[in-house]
Amino acid sequence: MLNQHEIMQTIQMIDQQHLDVRTITMGISLLSCAHSSVKTACDKVYDKITCYAEKLVATGEAIEKEFGIPIVNKRISVTPIALVAAAAETDSYVPFAQALDRAAKTTGVNFIGGFSALVQKGMTEADRILIRSIPEALAVTDIVCSSVNVGSTKAGIDMDAVALMGRTIKELAERTADRGGFGCAKLVVFCNAVEDNPFMAGAFHGVGEPERVINVGVSGPGVVYHALQDVKGQPFDVVAETVKKTAFRITRMGQLVAQEASRRLDTPFGIVDLSLAPTPAIGDSVARILEEMGLEVCGTHGTTAALALLNDAVKKGGVMASSHVGGLSGAFIPVSEDEGMIAAAGSGALTLDKLEAMTCVCSVGLDMIAVPGDTPAETISAIIADEAAIGMVNSKTTAVRIIPAPGCTVGDTVEFGGLLGSAPVQPVHPFSAQTFIARGGRIPAPMQSLKN
Amino acid sequence: MKAIVTVIGKDRVGITAAVCSLLARHNINILDITQTVLQEFFTMVMLVDTAACEQSIGDMADILEQAGKEQELSIRIQREDIFNAMHRI
Repeated sequence: MLNQHEIMQTIQMIDQQHLDVRTITMGISLLSCAHSSVKTACDKVYDKITCYAEKLVATGEAIEKEFGIPIVNKRISVTPIALVAAAAETDSYVPFAQALDRAAKTTGVNFIGGFSALVQKGMTEADRILIRSIPEALAVTDIVCSSVNVGSTKAGIDMDAVALMGRTIKELAERTADRGGFGCAKLVVFCNAVEDNPFMAGAFHGVGEPERVINVGVSGPGVVYHALQDVKGQPFDVVAETVKKTAFRITRMGQLVAQEASRRLDTPFGIVDLSLAPTPAIGDSVARILEEMGLEVCGTHGTTAALALLNDAVKKGGVMASSHVGGLSGAFIPVSEDEGMIAAAGSGALTLDKLEAMTCVCSVGLDMIAVPGDTPAETISAIIADEAAIGMVNSKTTAVRIIPAPGCTVGDTVEFGGLLGSAPVQPVHPFSAQTFIARGGRIPAPMQSLKN
Repeated sequence: MKAIVTVIGKDRVGITAAVCSLLARHNINILDITQTVLQEFFTMVMLVDTAACEQSIGDMADILEQAGKEQELSIRIQREDIFNAMHRI
């Protein structure tokens, strides 16, 4: 029999420490929707999504109520559209993005991901059309998310794609200038992208995935922060143990919700993504966890070590709590979505260079970072190249979601609202990488032995 | 189906009676009950059986939440599974 202390502990986690299931994401294969006619293909895309995900939101809400656990987002990920649309005779995939947008709105989800291309070893004609369509597609739709994988440990880095993505991000920012370059918040550039990620904006349904699948992303920075408050001043062994135990509990909850959603939607369960995903709410911050470990402010010396411990302990604790683990699994450090990161970046303690170092040891990468609107496309490409190199060499997923906020300079703050929060505009190095990016070609895949 | 009812709020006369009679009206059987009052703060945890209840747990959650609001209490019902998942291997 459960005791009162255990029950109240769970209630407190939900009430005061922002414990929630961050997302239930249904992955849907759209490979069957390929057609030479754009209209027919788009109709098939719309019909398939609205049919498969018809009950996704209602089911999520029912589970939320019965278990008393908030399920913040219900989302859909689809097969990379560059694959689905390749058969269509057209030079723009914007209609596909609009079909995704309509379908997502009909089902009631808050984001749909998969306006994507995988170009780590080179671009097909369809990949080029997709990337060319991104600025308009994300400007004319509301809840479509896009991602492009430009590198991998096995293939190296496609520097032509990296150069193209720098220009694409700039164009997208200009097209959504009235909203602070908001479009860029819906575009992720990956290295080693995973096929079963439930989190936006980088979710897509990989070709190795089943017809449809339920993936769940858990969260809970507030719970970890609270647990660490009870072990102040104790050695890191104790810190790691505390994080592991907490991550275990959080993940067990996620596993239960995932299985229940899978059963009710008659859809196979895919994975639980063991992530600490922050929100801009006070008490739901990854930065504050690092500070609780003893750092005066996130971004100072010691931050990378603290994050390495946190990231590893979250995985160790979570992996035993779930039958299948996947996705991005680890601590996220999206600057605009984390109250502590916003404060640290605003005070100048957390720089782009430190964030880059942090991405070597944690999940994903440079995430939700605003830079001055006049940042050259080549500089953005060079930032992407650096980040992709970290992912490629360390066999991990890295990503860049950067917003060159039009008309904004260092010291300004860009407001995105909701879970996307607000981002202080951070300085980039003023020195050019233009000649470097202009080279193009591919950076070869790295050695996997002689690791030094 | 087993569920956990929790009641949290400022202590006063009749909280237990009010909650228990509300559960009784909906044919929810109380299997176990513990309560504490700490610095005027009332906490009650009940293990209940909802097998005979005509409402779904989701509907009962709404009914209890509404009743709680009227009495300035937080009253919730949650399936027992969530607590077992978090605290039992």
